[in-house]
Amino acid sequence: MTGVTITRAGSYRNERAYPFCPGCGHGPILDALDGALAATVNDPSRVVIVSDIGCSGLSDQYFATSAFHGLHGRSITYATGIKLADPSLDVVVVMGDGGTGIGGAHLINAARRNVGITVIVMNNLNFGMTGGQHSTTTPPGAITSTTPLGNLERPLDICGTAAVNGAAFAYRGTSFDDDLSDRIAEAIAHPGFAVLDIWELCTAYYVKANRFSRPGMEQTMRELGMERGVIARRTVAEYAAAYRAAAAGDSGAPLRPVGIPQTHTAHLEDRRVVLLSGAAGGRVRTAARYAATAAIASGLWAAQHDDYPVTVKTGHSIAQLVFDREPIDDVSGDPDAVVWLAPEGRSRAAAALTRLGPDGVLVTFPDLPSLQHPGRTVLLDPSGLEFRLSRADRALAGMAAATSLLGLFPLEALQAAVAEGRGDAARMQQVVDAGVAMAGSTSADAT
Amino acid sequence: MRAYIDGSTAIVLGALDAGCDFFAGYPITPASPILMSLMRDLPRNGGVAVQGEDEIASIGMCIGAAMAGARVMTATSGPGLSLYSENVGLAIMGEVPLVIVDVQRLGPATGGATTVGQGDVQFVRWGTSGGFPVIALAPSTIAECYTLTMRAFDLAERFRTPVFLLTDKDLNLTMGTVDLAALVPVSVRERVIETEPETMYTYHPPEAVPGMVRYGTGRPVRFTGSTHDEDAFITKDPDRVGALNRHLIEKIERHRAEIEFAVEDTVPGAATLVVAYGVTAGAARTAVRRARAASRAVSMLTLHTLWPVPETVLERAMAGTRRVVVPELNPGLYCREIDRLAGNREVVSIGRIDGEPIDPGEILEALR
Repeated sequence: MTGVTITRAGSYRNERAYPFCPGCGHGPILDALDGALAATVNDPSRVVIVSDIGCSGLSDQYFATSAFHGLHGRSITYATGIKLADPSLDVVVVMGDGGTGIGGAHLINAARRNVGITVIVMNNLNFGMTGGQHSTTTPPGAITSTTPLGNLERPLDICGTAAVNGAAFAYRGTSFDDDLSDRIAEAIAHPGFAVLDIWELCTAYYVKANRFSRPGMEQTMRELGMERGVIARRTVAEYAAAYRAAAAGDSGAPLRPVGIPQTHTAHLEDRRVVLLSGAAGGRVRTAARYAATAAIASGLWAAQHDDYPVTVKTGHSIAQLVFDREPIDDVSGDPDAVVWLAPEGRSRAAAALTRLGPDGVLVTFPDLPSLQHPGRTVLLDPSGLEFRLSRADRALAGMAAATSLLGLFPLEALQAAVAEGRGDAARMQQVVDAGVAMAGSTSADAT
Repeated sequence: MRAYIDGSTAIVLGALDAGCDFFAGYPITPASPILMSLMRDLPRNGGVAVQGEDEIASIGMCIGAAMAGARVMTATSGPGLSLYSENVGLAIMGEVPLVIVDVQRLGPATGGATTVGQGDVQFVRWGTSGGFPVIALAPSTIAECYTLTMRAFDLAERFRTPVFLLTDKDLNLTMGTVDLAALVPVSVRERVIETEPETMYTYHPPEAVPGMVRYGTGRPVRFTGSTHDEDAFITKDPDRVGALNRHLIEKIERHRAEIEFAVEDTVPGAATLVVAYGVTAGAARTAVRRARAASRAVSMLTLHTLWPVPETVLERAMAGTRRVVVPELNPGLYCREIDRLAGNREVVSIGRIDGEPIDPGEILEALR
């Protein structure tokens, strides 16, 4: 097909003439799309043609449908958003082979996800608009402006990639195929993600540089094992519909903030800062949250600044708690109590202790080494308890001890807070009692 | 009654109350809690939330969904914002209402994932090609995370433009006590869909904001990221391109008065003004309270709008002062904006870049 392209003005085309080079396959493919749209849908405004960059990106301007012309290689992402927001729309992506490189991740993941969009790849085996550079689909040995030595890369198997990742429909053909319109219509009608890899001639670059032709193209397809025809056709759950069905089965209510009624009265006079320093997995932040809840239930304001490494189950876990009668605008401040719980928290505890005042207190456990500081040390010795205090209990026990030692708020408020929590209420209340008892039985001595 | 929540939760509440019905995002510390909450809550509210395969896909889905009628939001941190860059330009060019939460962490590059920073204050403004204006809001308390999220949705609708909500790791992940009465919803204007507009866009007068359109509602809708005429067909005609680009600037610039938000706590006769935003504003207010307790007259300005720079309120707050102190968790990036407005006043930048928050004591030292 060379020379003048005769364009049939279908019902989905507008009056504009295509701008493509003589012999370019884009026009015939768009004509086939026009025919497919006429066969499958009714309302042009409810068809969205999504294009991106390159000669293929001009396509949407020649249709009377709705259109989205976005960034290079990203058309599948816009199409996905459009379809998810309004599944009643027919969304057709027209992209080039360039987009399967820069946007390859979107192709794979759209296939996996099976959002009900149809992707037509106008595959002319090179970048036509920018000067005939090689693309992800350029055949082996091909000469392009960026493969002067011949292409050494294996071309991307668009249909195979989409199919192996779950695409509902994948078809490979050429711009010369008589049944292309039918195949596009089939793709649009097929539920789930559909891709059509349509090979064509770039007469401006690829044909000239490689003496390429229709027979050569078909031979290349055979040599690469990229056969023509339907590569995949399977029944899938279309994502937008599946999402709505799954959501309909979720009876949960969206998040609302839970008010904490005041049930107790704190007698705290000045702002107090408590630093809990322990290990990840030691329920440090949970203990801090119970204490804050108890403080708020006692009429105070509380805030909690956590610190932890990027890993989850290893390393330190720190919670700096601030309690005040007034709203708290920042969580800074020297600690009034440092609660050191585990070896992982040593350096943070030691750093905080350098800022501890003479009235400050270190709450810690007998199996941890002693640390220098100007305040007093309260050792929580679990050996006399009637139950085994686990590592994960230490944070709550230590927090209860600090609450008692600093007189932050009534211990009954802490008992009530842990009872409202997710854990075994009776046991957690036992841990609170144990923390207070251990703090009370210790001989507080300066170190 | 009081509640115990963090800034992430307040942002999610604000988004839900603003009518957000589409969210797409990609996991990144410290923004992930917003993604996780909305993945759970948006379908419960009749909306859609997606975890994209990357940040580019996530913001791309948001832009597509917005043009199909959704109120959209995405959330990320600096590394992800870098990947948003080109699509931010697309949202500006296509005039897409889009809320982008940037929970800042210490940069550059991977920087500190769990480390606080405020290094994106210029990046949000200049982070896409062309240099065209965006709107950026910066809450400084958990309650403001709620109200300014709603405000961001309203401004996005009002001006058909991306609006950044610029927060930080400490603001989002620090739990705090919130008076529920302080979570006062901000009115978010309804989206009125123009079903049969003569053209997709209007550039005359340049500051006019075109009505919103929606795929599948009324006439076919066209959208493009290329320079385009008023019906969204690609053009290189200098008159039309000039009109388009002037419009993108003027629709923000000529409406500055509608976009300037700040909390002015000025004291007559104060020689020193502290200008702060985000989590650092909390430390600054503490420092100012301490200075005042020591009988020093100091004025405080908490900026809620960072872009466009709220020049009117800044000039009003600076009037009569001789010194302006600007604490921020970066090498003095927003201080550049203060500096250019400050005339011959002394401008003191307190820029901390070691990953630690600025202590009120550090600011207090500058309030001599």
